[in-house]
Amino acid sequence: MTDTARLLQSRSFIELGARQRARALLDQGSFRELIGPFERMMSPWLPKQGIVTQADDGVVIAKGTIEGQPTVIAAIEGSFQGGSMGEVGGAKIAGALELAAEDNRNGIPTRAVLLLETGGVRLQEANLGLAAIAEIQAAIVDLRQYQPVIAVIAGPVGCFGGMSIAAGLCSYLIVTQEARLGLNGPQVIEQEAGIEEYDSRDRPFIWSLTGGEQRHVTGLVDAYVPDDTETIHAQIRTCFRQGKPALERSRRYAWFLDRLGRLEPEQPIDAVTVRDLYAAGDEGGVK
Amino acid sequence: MTLSTRGLIWFNALSPNAKPFEGLPASLKVCDTTLGSLPARVIAVVPDEQNPFPRARCGEVGLLEGWGLGRIINEAIEADRDHDTKRALVAIIDVPSQAYGRREEALGIHQALAGAVDAYARARLAGHPVIGLIVGKAMSGAFLAHGYQANRLIALRDPGVEVHAMGKASAARITLRSVDELEALAANIPPMAYDLHNYASLGLLWETLSVERIERPTEGDINRVSECLQQAVADIAAGSHDLRGRLDASNRSASRQVREKLLEQW
Repeated sequence: MTDTARLLQSRSFIELGARQRARALLDQGSFRELIGPFERMMSPWLPKQGIVTQADDGVVIAKGTIEGQPTVIAAIEGSFQGGSMGEVGGAKIAGALELAAEDNRNGIPTRAVLLLETGGVRLQEANLGLAAIAEIQAAIVDLRQYQPVIAVIAGPVGCFGGMSIAAGLCSYLIVTQEARLGLNGPQVIEQEAGIEEYDSRDRPFIWSLTGGEQRHVTGLVDAYVPDDTETIHAQIRTCFRQGKPALERSRRYAWFLDRLGRLEPEQPIDAVTVRDLYAAGDEGGVK
Repeated sequence: MTLSTRGLIWFNALSPNAKPFEGLPASLKVCDTTLGSLPARVIAVVPDEQNPFPRARCGEVGLLEGWGLGRIINEAIEADRDHDTKRALVAIIDVPSQAYGRREEALGIHQALAGAVDAYARARLAGHPVIGLIVGKAMSGAFLAHGYQANRLIALRDPGVEVHAMGKASAARITLRSVDELEALAANIPPMAYDLHNYASLGLLWETLSVERIERPTEGDINRVSECLQQAVADIAAGSHDLRGRLDASNRSASRQVREKLLEQW
């Protein structure tokens, strides 16, 4: 196939909204949304601040099947408040994961896919967003005992703040070139540490350290895929077929501590340094 | 910026004769001790001015702290795997923030903090009583990594005890507000506030406790805190291993309502 033909056939995942993404990944006809937008479960805190709410609070929870297996998808709408986690949206994700774990304890092998486009805590709901993220993290670790929990970071928002920690707890992480994954957003680092430390407007620099490709070659994610809905779908199926990983990335304490110990304290850091440190000879490592 | 010593003070107060573990980053204080007759591992993240990661010298939770917490908690899970009585894990919380820096992002600080969250959550699921004792700041990603997975959260009543998702200057920048505007909103919207009174109204704390001298605790202070920790262990033994005890406050009615609707429609 020529590049042009491939391009014409491909269907962008990044351009899809949260609901369309969830629908595209579930088996045809199996999509069923829980607490859909017509129920108008909205943030109780935004109106008090003169901020427009959204009828689904920026989170879509959909049940259905993937390859015939019961699956719940939690998809974050990056275009509403930067995909930030407020009380309602956070509770939707945490609650869905909690029920999936409960299903497994009752003999129903429900699995979960998280579609993460989020800056982290919604600062207008600060402490309730943070609490919800702690509950999402708790639920991932619980469900992960029974079934793989897969997260996709497609872009354009990326995955930051407490939700990047949640991503780090998942069994498998799938990213595109457009994705970024990091704890602190560039503007926050610049504010806290200064522009010499981190220039939030230097996009090539930011992608070189936190972009999908770099995260993949350094073993901090499991799969790097093009922005194509069918390819992402296929990668999710592959991860589910692999079953639970032998040891989750977030349990590789010894390996990471060993690698960090090899770093010279004053050594300047760039993308290549991290590739050398994490990617080379990864026996017992992250891949 | 003056470095807070509260974490170290309360670590020492709760483990008077215990020997801190060696071979850990100097920013981690860990020891095994007893609360009354209950076995416990006490854990604090403290400032270390010699920290090889310069952005983690003021008590922040950084790369070494995240992975180090994961390691020592995982060790406790492994050591108690076949024991009926699992030692309690007490996280002494006085953490100003996660580490903000280029090295941190490049080396995957999110994954390091996931290492800590992972271990605390698995310990709780394995039956270890996990208790977070907030003696100072409990901020953002640092709090997620060190304490927020606890079965029970206890906070000391003191103006220096603060819980939040982000420091004021950054929160103002990200939400396109001035710090003054942010403070005005925080006064009326409980989840946005930084103080303990408002935080307590969210129902996330199991208990709040007054002490006479938070930075130089008296014997009475230490006894009161120790007793409260023992009560928490007993309360956990009578309950479940999840976090649902945090959902009862009127300020969290939406969190409960979402879960009820999900269950109905599941």
